[in-house]
Formats: sequence, structure tokens, C-alpha cells
Amino acid sequence: MELALAVLVGVLTTCAVYLMLSGNMVRFIFALALLSNAVNLVIFAAGRLTYAAPPLIADGAKAPADTVANALPQALILTAIVIGFGLLAFTLVLVHRAHQTLGTVEADDMRVAEPASDDDEAR
Amino acid sequence: MNSIILTAATRVITPLMVAFSLFILLRGHNEPGGGFIGGLVATTAFALYAKALGVRATRAALRVEPAAIAVAGLGLAALAGLWGLLAGGAFLEGMWPLLTTTPSGDKAGLPLGSVLLFDVGVYLVVVGSVLAILFALEEDVAASSPEEAD
Amino acid sequence: MAVVTAPVAAAADAAPTGRPLARYGPALGSATACAGFAALIPTIADYSSIRVAWPWISGLGVELSFLIDGLALIFALLITGIGALVLAYSASYFKGHHKLVRLLVLLVLFELSMLGLVLADNLILMFVFWELTTVTSFLLVGFDHEKADARNKALQALLVTAAGGLALLAGILLIGAVAGTLEASALPAAAAALKADPLYPAILVLVLLGAFTKSAQFPFHFWLPNAMAAPTPVSAYLHSATMVKAGVYLLARLTPALGGTGPWLWTLTIVGGVTAVLASIWALRQTDLKLTLAYTTVMALGTLTMFLGGASAIALAAAVTFLIVHAFYKAALFLAVGILDKKAGSREIDQLGGLARPMWRTWVVVALAALSMAGFPPFLGFIGKELKYEGALAVASEPLLVVTFAVAANAMMVAVAGLVAIKPFLGPRTATAAKAGEPPFAMWLGPAVLATGGLVFGIAPELVGAALVNPTASVMIGDRVAKDFKLWHGVNIPLMLSILTFVLGVVIYLALGRIRRGLAAGEAHGLWAAESGYDGVLAGTKALAAWQTRVIQTGRQTQYFLWTTTVLAALLWAGLAMGGFAVMPRGVEAISLIELTMLALAAFGAVATVVTRSRLLAILALGLLGSAVAAIFVFYGAIDVAMTQLLVETLIVVIVAVALLRLPRLTPAPGLEVRWGHLGVALATGVATALALTAVLGTELDRRITDFFEQASATEAFGRNIVNVILVDFRALDTLGEIAVVVVAALGAVALLTRRREHREASR
Repeated sequence: MELALAVLVGVLTTCAVYLMLSGNMVRFIFALALLSNAVNLVIFAAGRLTYAAPPLIADGAKAPADTVANALPQALILTAIVIGFGLLAFTLVLVHRAHQTLGTVEADDMRVAEPASDDDEAR
Repeated sequence: MNSIILTAATRVITPLMVAFSLFILLRGHNEPGGGFIGGLVATTAFALYAKALGVRATRAALRVEPAAIAVAGLGLAALAGLWGLLAGGAFLEGMWPLLTTTPSGDKAGLPLGSVLLFDVGVYLVVVGSVLAILFALEEDVAASSPEEAD
Repeated sequence: MAVVTAPVAAAADAAPTGRPLARYGPALGSATACAGFAALIPTIADYSSIRVAWPWISGLGVELSFLIDGLALIFALLITGIGALVLAYSASYFKGHHKLVRLLVLLVLFELSMLGLVLADNLILMFVFWELTTVTSFLLVGFDHEKADARNKALQALLVTAAGGLALLAGILLIGAVAGTLEASALPAAAAALKADPLYPAILVLVLLGAFTKSAQFPFHFWLPNAMAAPTPVSAYLHSATMVKAGVYLLARLTPALGGTGPWLWTLTIVGGVTAVLASIWALRQTDLKLTLAYTTVMALGTLTMFLGGASAIALAAAVTFLIVHAFYKAALFLAVGILDKKAGSREIDQLGGLARPMWRTWVVVALAALSMAGFPPFLGFIGKELKYEGALAVASEPLLVVTFAVAANAMMVAVAGLVAIKPFLGPRTATAAKAGEPPFAMWLGPAVLATGGLVFGIAPELVGAALVNPTASVMIGDRVAKDFKLWHGVNIPLMLSILTFVLGVVIYLALGRIRRGLAAGEAHGLWAAESGYDGVLAGTKALAAWQTRVIQTGRQTQYFLWTTTVLAALLWAGLAMGGFAVMPRGVEAISLIELTMLALAAFGAVATVVTRSRLLAILALGLLGSAVAAIFVFYGAIDVAMTQLLVETLIVVIVAVALLRLPRLTPAPGLEVRWGHLGVALATGVATALALTAVLGTELDRRITDFFEQASATEAFGRNIVNVILVDFRALDTLGEIAVVVVAALGAVALLTRRREHREASR
């Protein structure tokens, strides 16, 4: 299963990078979602996959009785999901706003900060 | 969206979901749940409310600006940290004022304290932040194309 | 410490046109500090030292530790004593100048940095102060920042000394790694280990680079004469008496730890000797008195370096004595040149003459300082010179070489001393003499005190010898040194050499005109090669920066991203090639049908997001992917994560649906046409990521932290959901940071949208 999961991570990363290279900010948002999933899966798999109970301790016990799933990567991913969501929402608003102001969602047409120079035009 | 069924159902479902989210928040320290998940459940409830009854009605129902909720949550979490700093000596150190040590050396009593306060802060941050973005987007879209507004 | 901070407070009070008390406050503070240090002399003369320390970054072995031994005390006395005189001089020199406060504050800041440098025991702490002197020196050299020339020269001083500083830092870190301590006072105990270590040559090169750049040794000497763009009091203080001696201080401080080896001895002797001789030749070439003095400073620094290489008790005592001698007469002469510049209107030797009558008080001071410089008895300079010759003869390996360097350099110093003291005052009267006049008392006081000091300590050499020089030499040699300091040693070889020096010096002085013409001719033949090397490096760096900006920073986001991902992929593949492949697990494991289905669904969702042209389909595909991933979380016991993932997926659909349909449709072209180049980069990144993950899985899992969380969750944090306990208790600081990011993202998004709406409503 681990190796199969690694393949899935590879597919997600490839798709995300390809979308990000397109220069279309809408596709970029999709890519961001893909990439967060890929990263979460990497962290999850790095903590090892175990067919085991969730990391909960029975009432009255001092420690988990049996082997439980690795809690550490789970905690990392949980916040990562929420942060990723926040980032995605902010990016979405930014793209929306840029589209309202600049009238485009193509990154290479947004030249306010670094205006195209003359030799750019010549190329 | 002008579905009477949705509108009516939402009026019932939303309070239930918010109550459920508080339940999830409170039990989170011992069972699956916690501030993040509880906050997301509550957010979903208000998002549904906004879809059914509109942003203005949801804002009225909330009574408080969502961004203010988020900032208050962050403040609560920081407060929990200061509590640990002042009482325990380290920022964010867990404090349980209702726990007492039994003669056998175990702890007894209610495990309530700075950690729960922190989790409540997380809950409020999630609710406030997501709703703030959602409402702002909805209102912006509505303002830019009035004919499509609900 | 209160004593040390007094000048800062005083400088802050000083107003540009302020009352005299405010203007002279920093000088008084510095004088107080000097008196405080002087009170420590009896302790130090007793061969003991004082060390105080506070913990700072204990994890890295960095302590806030200070050490006062003979070496530190000599420097501290010079820094605060000369500092007081220079501050008083500056307050008068810049009276009414609009940047007086700025100058005084910078000078005091520099003084404190320099004090920290010499008092610090911890080498990292010393390095921090070392860099602070570099920065304050940059600001002081560029004091006339309206002039491009001053700015360029300040930048040159900064770049050369800061580059050396970086080398020094690397050297210090290596010393710490090898010796196991960063405290200078603990290093002598580790000296044998340091010198035997295979890293010793690297340490030596790095430390010497730091010292040589700071102390303007050949071939890094060029920045010092250029730093004369600074106002004269600054040059007197930084570039003769104190900062440039920091490199010498460093060599002295590390002599017990690193010194005494062949490479140390040869490098210091040759670099120091060459610097001394070249600099004294260049000094003769100059017609600007300030530049002449600057080159003699380089010469003095070379001499000091040369003697520090000697590693014999007498050579080290000679170096320490000469250090004091030089600080006294050089600071006095610099300040006197400032007086000439201000009161006679020129620093050019050819324009000055006949000033002995209108400026006789200044002349007395200059004559006293110059006599000490030339090494006439009964001045301290004479004792310094005798000691030098005695030390040179005692140098273990090549006494003849050192003696030759020393005699040549000293003879040229005699000539320069004559040039400074005779020509402007006794030479034929020039136009400048007519309007010349005496300086105010505050300007005259500094050079007068310093020049008189050279005489007083010459008559009573025990005052510095037994009290300061012997303890300092003892620190450096690691053994008690009790050299007798006497004015008259009887007729011996050093005295013979002294007489030879005077004769040579007089000959050079008389032949000065011819020498200068000869040197001017030689200058055309690349005597300044070192500086053109600096210029070349600087120009090359700028050209490289411009080139890479043109190529990489095109202003096109897609190209930026292409570069970033290409580099990322290359790094991943490099990491794999350097051992990643070796640890990969072999063989195929079992996989259940339901797992396979979820993986396939997730992959399908990802690919569908790429190829679809419909925004709605893309959102649905993302939802499919998210749900499949949530299912995978459930299989492996991550209930909390799965719940979070599903809820977030729901909210993503809600939020994205609101905004996305307002955005333009996905243009068909990029979806249909395959961008093969981009696909290649994407595949390279994706495949490397998958392989890297596989490699990670082939390593042993370190479960220590997880085990701790599992054991401590219920007993110490009173929670039975370990994931939640980690989030809100064990790693709560991380979570606090994360929710802060979420709040900032929300506020940012709201601000972006609200400003737009208000703008629109206002325009209606």
C-alpha cells in the first residue's frame, strides 16, 4: 500500500506542477488544492501506515492498550488541512480581485509590479 | 436560492448543528473532535444558513462581525498561553485549576483549564475566519452583479 | 557597565549647537570610563585577570562573557583614553556643524563596539562586536554621504573588512568545533589539540584573512588610505589608534592558541614585513599629510603583525610596547594634521611652510610626537624601537630578515617624522602662514596630552612596562614575562641599529624629492594592483548580478515558476542519487481492493482536474479527490483528520462555487494542447517526489516523540485523544501560530474585497 500511495503522491504532484505552469490563475487554485493533498499524504505516509485503532486512550487507562496509529503526523496534517484551506480561500479572493482590477487571470499578463520593458516587446 | 423546504429546514438544522459543534468541541480532548473540527461544523452550519436565508440574515443571526470573532478567538488562545506563563512559568503551559491530587498520587476532579480555553480560541478562529471570507465574497459578488443577487 | 554606557547617554543629550557641557559630555563620559579602567591597572599588574559571564545562547556555547587581562586592558585604556580626547576634539572641530550629534553618537557607538570587541571572552560575542565596528566604521567613513567619493570608499572599507569578517566567523566556528570551547580564555589549554588537528591550516587561513583585512595587511591594505575620506578626527581614532588594531588584537589574543607554528610564524613575518616596507615607500610618495600618515599606519600595522609572528617573549613585548607608542604619536599627529587643515587651510605638504611662528603651540606638539615616532631618546618611541631590535634579534628562525625589515621601515619612519615636523613649520613661508592661527583649546588638548604622554612614559617606562606590557606578554606567551624597561641599556647591538636607522632616515629625508619622482614613475607600472583586483571583483559581481537578473527575473510568473520547479526537481534527484536509491524498499506488498479503488479514484480526480475545460467539473473532481483521500485517512486510524478533510472539502466547494463562476472560463487551448516541456518538468518533479517518499519509507521510523505523546497524553495532559492533546497542549505554540495565519488570511481577504466595494460605492 505504501508504494501505491507513493505513486498517487507522484501523480498529484505532477498534475499540480503542470497546472501551476499553465499561467492561468484559476488552474493555479486547483493546483494548490492538489498540492496540499499530496503534501498531507507525504506526511501521513512518512509516519507509517498501520492498520490500527485511532490514537485514543480508553477511559481510565494511562496509555493506549494496543498499537495505535501514529498520532504525530495526524496532528500535523490536521492543522495543515485548515491552513491549506485558509490559503486556498485567500488565493481565490486574490485572483477574484485581480480579475476585477486587471481584467485577466493570466499571470503573464499581470505586469503592474514588473512592467514589460522594451526589449521584452522586441522578443 | 428560494426553496421553502430548504429555508424551513435550515432554521431547524442550523441550531442543531451549532449545538453539535459545541459538543464536538468539548469532547474533543478525549474522543475524536476538538476545536478545528467543531469550528468547521459550526462554519458549515452558518454557511448553509447563508445559502438559504442570505448573508444579511446570517450576519444578523450571528450578531457579531465574523472577523471580530476570529480575532477574539486568537486573543483567547493567547490568553490561555499567558495564563500558563504567569501561573506555570512557561507560555502555553497547561493549567487545570479544578484538578486536585489524590492521596494515591493520581489527579482527580474536572480537567478544565487553559487547554480548553485554547481549544475554544481555535474554534472561534475557524468559525470567524472562514465566515469572514465567505461573507465578504458573497457580498462582493452580489454587489458586482445586483440582478443575480439572492 | 554604568561607566561604559555613560558616554551614550551623554551623546544623546548633545545638541548640535548645544551648550558646551552637552557637547563635551561624551568626552567626559569616555574619560570617566578610562579612569575606571585605570583603576584596574594594579590588579592586572599583579598578573591576574577578571572574568564575568552571563548565560546567553547556552545551547550553542555562546556566553555573554567578558575578560579583562593585560591585553584587554591596554586596548580598553587606549580606546577610552584616546576616545575621550578625540570626542573633545571633534566637539570643537565640528562646532556648529549640523551633523555634530550624528558624529558624536556614531563615535560613541564605535567606541562601545570596540570596547566590547577587546573585552569579550567568548569568540562569537567578540565577532558580533567585530562586525559592529565594521558597520560603525562604514557609517563614519561615509560621514560626508552627500559625496559619491566618500560613499564609494566607505563601501570599499565595508566590503573588504566584512568579507574578512565572514572568513573570521568560519574560522571561529572551526576553532569551536576542534577545541570544544569558544571562550578565548579556555583556548590555550586546547592549543596542542588545535595545532595538531588536520583543520589547523584551514583555521589559520580563515582567522588570518579576518585579521589581515581588518588591519589592512598587504594585499588588503588599499582600503585604509581610501578610508581617509572620513573626517580627520575619525581617521585619528578609527584608522590609526583603534579599529585597524582589532586585527592585531585578534592575532595577539589567539597567539597562545594558534601561534608558534611554522605556518603562523612565516605568514605573519612575511606578510607583516612586506606590508611594512611597501607602506613606508608609499608613505614617502604622498604629498597629502593625512595620506602620508595613513600609509605609516599601514606600516605600523605590518610591523606589529611581523613581531606577533615572532612568538618570543621579547618580540611580543616589543609588539605591545610599539602598539602603545604608535597609538600615542599617531593619534597626536592625525589630530595635528586636522588642526593644520582647519587653521592653515591645507594638508598638502607643498603648500605649508613657516608655520612655526603663528602656530608655535601646535608645532611643539607635532615636534614631540614626531620625535617619539622617529624614536629619539628619551621618548617612549625610543624604548619601543630598542625593544623591536632586541626582539628582532631574538626571533627564532630568521632574525636577519626581521631586522632588515625593521631597520628599513624605521628609517623611513624617521624620514616621515622629519617631513611632518620640519617642512610645514620651518620651511619657507607660504601663503598659508599669513592667515594661520592657533586652534581652540579643546582641539589642542588631545594631541598635546598624547604627545606629552610619549615623553612622560619614555622617561618613566616602568609605568607602562611593568604595569601593562609584561602582563600582556605573559598572557600571549603563557608564561610569566618580567622584562626590565629602561631608557638606557648601555652600548649594545640595538643601539648600533638605532644609530644606523637615524643615519638612513636622514639620508632618505634629504633625498625625498628624488625618491618621490622615482616612485611616481613606478606607480604607472601597477603598484596598485591589489586595488584594481578589488575593482575587478566588484565590477564582475555587478555584471553577473545584472546578467542573472536579465535571464532569470523576466517578470513573467510562469518563467519564475519554471525555474523554481526545475531547481526543486534537480535537488530532489540529486538527493536521490546521493543515497536515496540505496535505502528504497524492494518488493511488492499486499493491497486490498478497496484501497486500490480509493487510490484510483483520487488519481482519477487529479487527472480530471488537469484535463477538464469545465470549471464545475474541476470542482467536482477536486471533491472526489478530497473524499478519496479522506477515506484513506479512515483506513489507517486517522479519524480526526478524515473528519477535518471532509468538512473542509465541503466548505471549499461552497466558497469556490461563489467566486469561481465570476472568473473567466478556462480557455480551451492549454487544456487540449499538451505543453510537452512543462509536462517534462512536472513529471520530473512528480516522479522524484514519489521516489523520495519511497526512500523515506525505507528508513527506520524514529518513534520516540510519538511514544512520549502516547505515554504522557493521559497522565500529564489529562486528555485521551492524543491528536487533540498534541494540537492544544504539547504543540500548542505551533497551533497558535497556525490559527494566527488563518486569521491574517481572513483579514487580508476581507480587506481586499472591502476596499473594492467601498471604492465602487463611493463612485456611484
